Amino acid sequence: MVEHSEIRVVRCGGSKINFREPLITLDSKFLLCASGDSVKVYSTSTEECIHILQGHTDLVTGIVLNPANHLQVYSCSLDGTVRLWDYTDGILIKTLSIGYKITALFLSKKHEGVLFVIIPMASDTDAEAFQLVAVHLPSSAGQEVEARELSSVLTDVSAMPRATSFGRGGDYIASAKGLQLSVYFFRKQKTFRFFLKATDKKGAKNSFTCVCCHPKDDCIATGHEDGKIRLWRNFNQKKEYTYSTQHWHHDAVSALSFTPEGMNLLSGGIESVLVLWRYGAETKDLLPRLGAAIEHISVSPDGTLYCTSHSDNKITIINSNLKVSAVIQGLVKGEDVKTDLMIDPRTKALVLNGKPGHLQFYSLHHDKQLYNLDIVQQEYIHQSGLEQSDVVKAALHAHGVWLATIEERREKALDLETILKLWAYNEQTQSFELNTNISSPHDDRVTAMCFSPSADGTLLVTAGKDGHFKAWQLAEDWDSHREGLSWSCDFVGSYHHLRPTNCCFSADGSLLAVSFQEIITVWSPDSWELLLTLCQPPGDIRDLCFGRLSCSKYLLGTTSKNLLCCWNLLTCSLEWSTTVDVTVLQDDPLSENIAAFSHAQGNTDLFVFKPSEPRPLYSQKAVCSGKVHRAVFAPRESPLESCEAGSQWLNRSQLYFVTEHMDLMTFSTKSEDDMIIASSKQLVIDDSVAVTPFYLLLGKHRQQEKPSSLTNQMAARVQLPQGSTAIRELLHTPAHVLPSASLLCAMFVSSLLISNSAIREVSEPKEEEMESEAEEDQDSEEEMDSRDSRPVLTAQSSVGELAPTLSKAQERELRKMRKTDYSWLSGALHP
Amino acid sequence: MASFKPTRIPSYPKLGEKVTQDTLYWKNYKTPIQIKEFGAVTTIDFSPLSPYNCAVTASTRIHIYGPYSQEPVKTFTRFKDTAYSGTFRSDGQLLVAGSEDSVVRLFDVSGRVALRQFCGHSKAVHVTNFTSDRFRIFSGSDDYTCRLWDIPNSVELVTYSEHTDYVRCGTTSKLNPDLFVTGSYDHTIKVFDARTDKSVMTMDHSQPVESVLLFPSEGLLVSAGGRYVKVWDLLKGGQALVSLKNHHKTVTSLCLSSSGQRLLSGSLDRHVKVYNTTTYKVVHNFDYAASILSVALAPEDAVLVVGMTNGILSVKHRKSPEEKTEALSKRRRPAYRVFVKGRNYAPKQDDFLVSKPVKTHLKKYDKQLKGFQVSKALDTVLEPWIRMKTPEVTVAVMQELNRRGTLKNALAGRDEKGLSVLLSFLISNVVDPRFAPVLVNVAEMILDIYTQVVGQSPVVDKQIIKLQELIEREIDLQQELVEVLGMLDTLFATMTTKKEVAAPEGRANGVPATGAQGQSLQAS
Repeated sequence: MVEHSEIRVVRCGGSKINFREPLITLDSKFLLCASGDSVKVYSTSTEECIHILQGHTDLVTGIVLNPANHLQVYSCSLDGTVRLWDYTDGILIKTLSIGYKITALFLSKKHEGVLFVIIPMASDTDAEAFQLVAVHLPSSAGQEVEARELSSVLTDVSAMPRATSFGRGGDYIASAKGLQLSVYFFRKQKTFRFFLKATDKKGAKNSFTCVCCHPKDDCIATGHEDGKIRLWRNFNQKKEYTYSTQHWHHDAVSALSFTPEGMNLLSGGIESVLVLWRYGAETKDLLPRLGAAIEHISVSPDGTLYCTSHSDNKITIINSNLKVSAVIQGLVKGEDVKTDLMIDPRTKALVLNGKPGHLQFYSLHHDKQLYNLDIVQQEYIHQSGLEQSDVVKAALHAHGVWLATIEERREKALDLETILKLWAYNEQTQSFELNTNISSPHDDRVTAMCFSPSADGTLLVTAGKDGHFKAWQLAEDWDSHREGLSWSCDFVGSYHHLRPTNCCFSADGSLLAVSFQEIITVWSPDSWELLLTLCQPPGDIRDLCFGRLSCSKYLLGTTSKNLLCCWNLLTCSLEWSTTVDVTVLQDDPLSENIAAFSHAQGNTDLFVFKPSEPRPLYSQKAVCSGKVHRAVFAPRESPLESCEAGSQWLNRSQLYFVTEHMDLMTFSTKSEDDMIIASSKQLVIDDSVAVTPFYLLLGKHRQQEKPSSLTNQMAARVQLPQGSTAIRELLHTPAHVLPSASLLCAMFVSSLLISNSAIREVSEPKEEEMESEAEEDQDSEEEMDSRDSRPVLTAQSSVGELAPTLSKAQERELRKMRKTDYSWLSGALHP
Repeated sequence: MASFKPTRIPSYPKLGEKVTQDTLYWKNYKTPIQIKEFGAVTTIDFSPLSPYNCAVTASTRIHIYGPYSQEPVKTFTRFKDTAYSGTFRSDGQLLVAGSEDSVVRLFDVSGRVALRQFCGHSKAVHVTNFTSDRFRIFSGSDDYTCRLWDIPNSVELVTYSEHTDYVRCGTTSKLNPDLFVTGSYDHTIKVFDARTDKSVMTMDHSQPVESVLLFPSEGLLVSAGGRYVKVWDLLKGGQALVSLKNHHKTVTSLCLSSSGQRLLSGSLDRHVKVYNTTTYKVVHNFDYAASILSVALAPEDAVLVVGMTNGILSVKHRKSPEEKTEALSKRRRPAYRVFVKGRNYAPKQDDFLVSKPVKTHLKKYDKQLKGFQVSKALDTVLEPWIRMKTPEVTVAVMQELNRRGTLKNALAGRDEKGLSVLLSFLISNVVDPRFAPVLVNVAEMILDIYTQVVGQSPVVDKQIIKLQELIEREIDLQQELVEVLGMLDTLFATMTTKKEVAAPEGRANGVPATGAQGQSLQAS
């Protein structure tokens, strides 16, 4: 078999960042959020990811600042551990294993040394029942600590962290589940339970969704399924509790949060409107159109920033005057990738549908969303149960000049709105602009759409369930009012009133294959002549794919009856076929290779093959569990130089695929892993500065300098402080006592170069090997350096810390220096 | 945070003829002035001199109209029988006309009585004209002959009897005083030279020739006869250049625009068609009430005069450019400085700039939609000026409401007046194919909501019945259309089988009907 041990499947970015409430640090500089099994640290000002705190082995379910040390943060995870991190340096300080699945973590300043966690009632079952327990931190100083001292506080609580909250600095803890609110007072060690009537006119709609306690006042705010917010007071007794109701949301309140001083209450829900209620007053402020349903709201400890996380994998940072200041956008994941995965040839970004009605362009190399293209261009109504139009098909022209999208909205069985839109890339605005809008291109659903790959021809083919396939061509606008080109229908084809299922162009655009249920028809796009038909019953054709380069005479197809067939178009005969349940057939645009994902026994297997060769190049069993429906080959930025036969197919392009759970995965070779590890070692970033593009530029420059500086660390350490104090003194001296600037300039510049001059001399031989062509430059540099080292030495001599040995050049310089008068300088330095 | 996205109003393709430079030019005439003549208007001729009076020959009279008067400035009535072919001389002083009584009469435009009477023809004279040296008259008659007369001596110069049927049309060359062209019912067009006693060129039109016309360069000759207009190249010895068949009845009259770039043809099918003389494509079309016998254009295309069989003369004056600018300048716009106010203000160095967000202007209905005021938004788009002038806006807002799931709420709770407005909108637009998918849904909803109030208001009941009738009629029409489509499908199917036999390269798989249609279109 083929050796393939060095290829492995890796998760490729785009993880959820809206799973749990984000956390803003005390100085409001950083934002921490749980993302899969790691914690990401973002800068609130630049939106860049600064650290990824990795260590958990399962989903991270909560992050809380350490009340004792605001530079540390606790995180809990389903793997049963609580970890303490230093987020500024990204270091794991402590691991506390509890041994149960932890779904939420709470801390309070009042209860030092105690963690409150929510764990399942019974450790072995995945039952619905959860309990809130207090964990006493063991005092041992070790890195790995086990905590077994658990004491139950509340039983039968909701697993969600938003349904539990500490009140009034930790006096009590409130938790809601279903129609019941429980409040536990620590001092009295007593629990009060309050129930709402289930039949509040509209049935059980008034169950609790979230709880938040006022930080200063005895007041609990609860959000409800029907959109009401109740403010509970006087709840330290069973009978005489009261509550007031506020109602703005029309759907469930999904998040509630008080500002640190308790002046305002923030709430959010599916309407994607952030509501700011003034505490104790009737007025409220609204911040509408935040993009998607609000899932969590958090407030920075100083109250200057609000932060909402949204269902479209987005975190919005909002100023306290309700202005959006930053948006951290992850890969938007719906329930399904309706459009195929595509690669934008221009930006090399992955294109798929993102927010409802949008296409997202996601940079795979930077793990960052580049931009969102609004396809539907309609106001999105955030209301549950409303049928929204969404992008169902998209195709990109080979050069990225044209983009075709199909949006669909189905209200009832008969009412179907489909719109075909064609977008032209505008060089000036660097974005796609709507060119043609065709409403209902087919009478029924569009099943497939593809662009002709030929360079000059602009031809689009759509196949619909109405039994036709249509060719659309770019033509002069028939309406003479408007200037420019637009798309119009050029040809309508059908075959025996069968339903077209898929269509595909050959690599040069000279052939079009359209599959009609069981039959594949091959057409010539130039004359619209039916050239040949191919058929391999039983089963409808699912996927179609032409071979490329040397294999361009082959046409591949998969059928719904688990057959993978390869036809030779020259002989019009079946070349070979195998029985494999192929779910995705994807061709590599840069080579002959074709990847086929097949589904067998709950797992997905991958085969990579050339149509001309009977044996697969590479095969891997159980790539992931569940079916794979979408995959794409993305060309690499620079080809790999891998010589192993098994991983050669990954040299020029990389294969990405989306699993059933909407995880974006890719294949990584061993050499690639090595490169990543090497590069991650290099990247030691100064953590006090936020990572900005400018900083990255500078940082790269600094990294180049670093290896050389390592060689003579001692000298650098001795000299640097000296030089810097000299400069400082110089800068602090009043200007009117100093000599003219032209005199000072040379000295000032040279003092900046001190460390280098000493270093260069030592590290020179090494550098010469590497950059022989830069030799001349270096020589001149060296001269300059030696010349410039004058003031340093005077400074050193004045202090009396002269380096023990001096080179000849330095001696010469010293001698020269003796002649010049630097008395003014010593006067300036020691006034 | 994104801003509110306004409702998208779909732009529908404009139905009907497309707007070109030509249509704009030829539509730029005022509403026609109709003048009733005593009989069919057979000839219209414009004086070549300003003020471009117009001689109209109808029945036994020739009227001369001034450029703007509806009353004739002059009338020649001394005809014993029907007059034909009243034509000005190139100096505008003399007028010649033939007559049913076979006499050719010459008039002074300022006089009343004929200056000369040329007798010699034995039958009606339908065509008369001056040669370009101004001293001779050419005439064609139903006695198959055409003659040349000398004006000063009032004698016949030459007689040509080469035609074998009535000579009904002819023209003289403007460049050569000796050349003239005649068209006859014997299907031929002949070019005569007065210096020889024979025709110098003969062309076969293959229909009775009703009108001939020489291009200003006189290299090309246009003839009309039957349903055809043909263009001949005289310099190539009378080779046929183009044959145009755009009328479905006999073409009776030809005329050139003053630039020579457009050719006009009038026909008994009541149309005047305008051709481009380089491509010979029809660029514009005028419709008239009756069959057209004569067409004429004043110099500069200032007036288009058409004479019809029912004796009505239709005069169209070109709109003067001043009127156009006047209409435009009526709307007062804000002064230029309003727009540039503060635009070129350069902030000083230490000024602190406060950026102001760009304010997007929303339409009224969009503002209401933004505030979820659905009923008010629907009321706004049902205002008369919106629902009459831009029904697509109304329909787009209805669709938007439907998408939001609030259309039913917006439609409900209307009084009699509001409901009748809604119903009248439906009645006028529900069968429009552009709006039908949305409006059918709206109609269903309205009927659902207002079933219990049916019978309470006669106005609403009447409208509902009207709507029902309308929809029934539409259903019948659709059914007929489907039948026609079925018939066409069978036709196409039979065509395809024929093709299959003809093409041996194997369409055994059977090309579908639509595919064949597309192919045949491609081929043609």
